[in-house]
Amino acid sequence: MHPFEYAAPATVDDALGLLVEHGAEAKVLAGGQSLVPILNYRLAKPRIVVDINDLPLAAIRVEDGRLTLGALVRHHHLEESADVARHCPVLTEAAGLVGNVRVRSLGTLGGSVAHADPAAELPLALVALGARIGVRSARGRRTIEARGFFTGFLSTALAPDELLTEVEVPVMRGAGSAIEEVARRAGDFALVAALAVVGLDRRGRVETARLAFAGVGPTPARVVAAEEALVGQEPSADRLAHAAALAAEGLDPQSDPFASAAYRRLLARVLARRALTRAVVRAMGVL
Amino acid sequence: MIVSLVLNGRPRDVDVLPSETLLTVLRDRLGIFDAKEGCDEGVCGACTVLLDGRPVSSCLLLAPAVRERRVTTVRGLERGGGLHPLQEAFVRHGAVQCGFCTPGMLLTALAFLERHPGATRAQIRTALEGNLCRCTGYAKILDAVEAYAREEGTGG
Repeated sequence: MHPFEYAAPATVDDALGLLVEHGAEAKVLAGGQSLVPILNYRLAKPRIVVDINDLPLAAIRVEDGRLTLGALVRHHHLEESADVARHCPVLTEAAGLVGNVRVRSLGTLGGSVAHADPAAELPLALVALGARIGVRSARGRRTIEARGFFTGFLSTALAPDELLTEVEVPVMRGAGSAIEEVARRAGDFALVAALAVVGLDRRGRVETARLAFAGVGPTPARVVAAEEALVGQEPSADRLAHAAALAAEGLDPQSDPFASAAYRRLLARVLARRALTRAVVRAMGVL
Repeated sequence: MIVSLVLNGRPRDVDVLPSETLLTVLRDRLGIFDAKEGCDEGVCGACTVLLDGRPVSSCLLLAPAVRERRVTTVRGLERGGGLHPLQEAFVRHGAVQCGFCTPGMLLTALAFLERHPGATRAQIRTALEGNLCRCTGYAKILDAVEAYAREEGTGG
């Protein structure tokens, strides 16, 4: 590891001051499960590491139909929180798929989102659920829609002087949801992951549908054409399979040493069908 | 900078650089070789230690971040100068070959069983999926952990 200065500010304002002072030469340390491997491999040479673990950003709150999660909520907190399980169970499920148990002990929601790996589960969940990302800087606060937050491979709308402080997830009452993924080994990033949210009306027809993928492009993304194809329909096995196929056709995955584009597209179709099916079964359970 | 931590129940003050990991501090500054260096990216589990009772990769923890925390290495499992019952189960079931993965397996399994005392073999398997054994002794490791879980469960 290249040497760097280290600061552990006690307040958000102190942290923001350090980001103003050092700009792009500062790296924010939360759980460290993405940053420290990068430092170990000398792929990053920050002048200063700003450790935010002393900041009061680990709260989980439910209010006004929203689940508000602090940036320092760790993956195991998401997995174990009764509030998250009750109001947004797919986040519980997604958190359980992140890395291995050691990553989930330390890794944080804010860190995963700010790192923006294109195959990561939590960014996928935030895009699918229509979450909003709260950021602060010495200039003030702003809120960014999740789908606009991820701007490219490992890239986000965060400016160098900004700190991701919280995430707001709308609670979807009466909807069922599920995430499915295939990874080469347990604990790896997904080759492809699919997340579905389905709400049914009183007659059992699809009222709302969300379908999003990770691992098939530089950022997680919804496939609106497939969602629209489901709305107003009976959620039959054929309809769900049709929507999944439509979604896979609309994707443009790339080949890499781990999987070909064709295999990724096949995975997308199969995983979308499975995620939609489980989401519908769960939605029926809450009707 | 000086970092104060509680290592295997004993308070320690260690002089560290911010750019050192806990793994480096344990091995190079304290001469404690319980945690092994495998991949240096948190994938293999050989460097597992418990931080306040939860398994973490010591290769991914910057030394200053362990200030005022409790760190347990495999040496911390010692019971009255002897082996911990899970270690004895490992010996009994032939779950140790080269030994490189063993400290991580033991600590991960114990942290898991503390939270899930009645765990099934399938659950134990999932709990250990982030700890790699390149001697491919997984079946015997699972035998040992499962036997220990059963004995503990019946108060044996």
